[in-house]
Amino acid sequence: MTQQEALFQYLLRLGDNALILGQRLSEWCGHAPVLEQDIAITNLALDLIGQARNWLTLAGEVEGKGRNEDQLAYLRDARDFHNLLLVEQPNEDWAHTIVRQFLFDQFNYLLHNELQHSTDERVAAIAAKSLKEIKYHLKYSSEWMVRLGDGTEESHNRMQRALDALWRYSSEAFLTDEIDQLMAEAGIGPDLHKLEPLYHQYVAQVLDEATLQPPTDTYMQRGGKQGLHTEFLGYILAEMQFLQRAYPNMQW
Amino acid sequence: MSREELEKRFQEKIDAEIKIEPKDWMPERYRRNLIRQISQHAHSEVVGMLPEGNWITRAPTLRRKVALLAKVQDEAGHGLYLYSAAETLGISREEMIEQLLSGKAKYSSIFNYPTLTWADIGAIGWLVDGAAIMNQVMLTRTSYGPYARAMVRICKEESFHQRQGYEIMLTLARGTEVQRQMAQDALNRWWWPALMMFGPSDKDSVHTAESMKWKIKRKTNDELRQQFVDVTVPQAEYLGLTIPDPDLKWNEARGHYDFGEIDWEEFWRVVKGNGPCNHLRMKARREAHEKGAWVREAALAYAEKRRQRQQQKAS
Repeated sequence: MTQQEALFQYLLRLGDNALILGQRLSEWCGHAPVLEQDIAITNLALDLIGQARNWLTLAGEVEGKGRNEDQLAYLRDARDFHNLLLVEQPNEDWAHTIVRQFLFDQFNYLLHNELQHSTDERVAAIAAKSLKEIKYHLKYSSEWMVRLGDGTEESHNRMQRALDALWRYSSEAFLTDEIDQLMAEAGIGPDLHKLEPLYHQYVAQVLDEATLQPPTDTYMQRGGKQGLHTEFLGYILAEMQFLQRAYPNMQW
Repeated sequence: MSREELEKRFQEKIDAEIKIEPKDWMPERYRRNLIRQISQHAHSEVVGMLPEGNWITRAPTLRRKVALLAKVQDEAGHGLYLYSAAETLGISREEMIEQLLSGKAKYSSIFNYPTLTWADIGAIGWLVDGAAIMNQVMLTRTSYGPYARAMVRICKEESFHQRQGYEIMLTLARGTEVQRQMAQDALNRWWWPALMMFGPSDKDSVHTAESMKWKIKRKTNDELRQQFVDVTVPQAEYLGLTIPDPDLKWNEARGHYDFGEIDWEEFWRVVKGNGPCNHLRMKARREAHEKGAWVREAALAYAEKRRQRQQQKAS
């Protein structure tokens, strides 16, 4: 694999994480528990889809086959998506949505904090811009972790159930492959192994404050980064890509 | 001061274009009329999120998706300003939401129609926001201060939404034949409901006379409807689309377009709850409210715990 091919895949991972999570969050719009949170969760969706556009546009440039953000978002099938399994999991309830967000935000924050110093200036620029938004996302999801974990008995139980369900997807980000290694060697991306202890340290701290128990002995699911997804992704794409698939080659 | 004297002074203020503020004396009927109108307006913003929200996950490009998300989010923001404006009249947001969910309070009937294709998102922006703007621009000069000020903010965003909707229609109208048909079909379905948004004809409107006297409204339903038709017909012509009204034609003598009679039977049917989506819209709002109850309770419980802990620390 050339460095250019690796970078293309790496950028798809970044773009697809943001796109698929943004798509999931946008399902809440109009249905959130209270109007203020409807606005807040939509803000997160807007930020993430904005980030996805930047990453996918750059991915298209790096690939050099003339594909733009929309061709990458709307005309790839599930096996060519490279997001983490975590972000494609369903919203279920506000508890699952917050836990999923929190587990992702802390990783995404650490990742972008390093990517802003990438040797690839284009990557560094997008990361620096996104980082401001991601810091806010992390603050938002951390606060909700504590508020609901330490809220009522019902909210606590719901949060613990969500954590137990989603924990198995929490470490995929740190399982490295050839692409991660090539990017780290080139100084484009960080050494993910160094970020992992920081991730767990912060997660443990917030779970403690939220009075939630980190699950133990959980097998960590993997595959999303390489294009092996859960069954949910196909439905996300079927919905998201409907118009482009039903009416090909048109301007919208 | 006698009631007659108070009412006389109140009307003098209105006539002198002095805004009524929350702490000023006002006739009980003025207060009730405003609560009805502002809360109905707030509910319309919130229920109005649903038909357009229906296409967020299916928007055809990422640019369109972001624009639609931001638009629907603006509507949530408008709902918030308006609930706040109504709260200055002595009703809580909880009470208003209760009235919506129990069916006691109304919202704009236009949102009881379904969004079946992507072109409906363009048609709603163009026609529904266009019709809403006619009403809202008038309301920036309404006699109640908090309502007028909320409207100024809302109008700026609404006119942006309307341009966005028109631009979707323009893209479709200039696209392929299939897209042009999609746009025409959306216009066919949304035109008459958009005209109905201005409410019953003046002769049948129960609130108009009093609302005009108190300058809550400054134009009648029929005046606003005519204004909307006059502005919109040339826009449809520019798109190359046909307005579904055989009686529509320019009247040189009046200086306005003449247009056909609205199907009032349909109007009242939808108002009374039998539009294509009334039950679905209410079901969606009720579900969001019920499924969110534990979240709202937990947030309150946590805030209370925190307050107690801080008190303990302080003592």
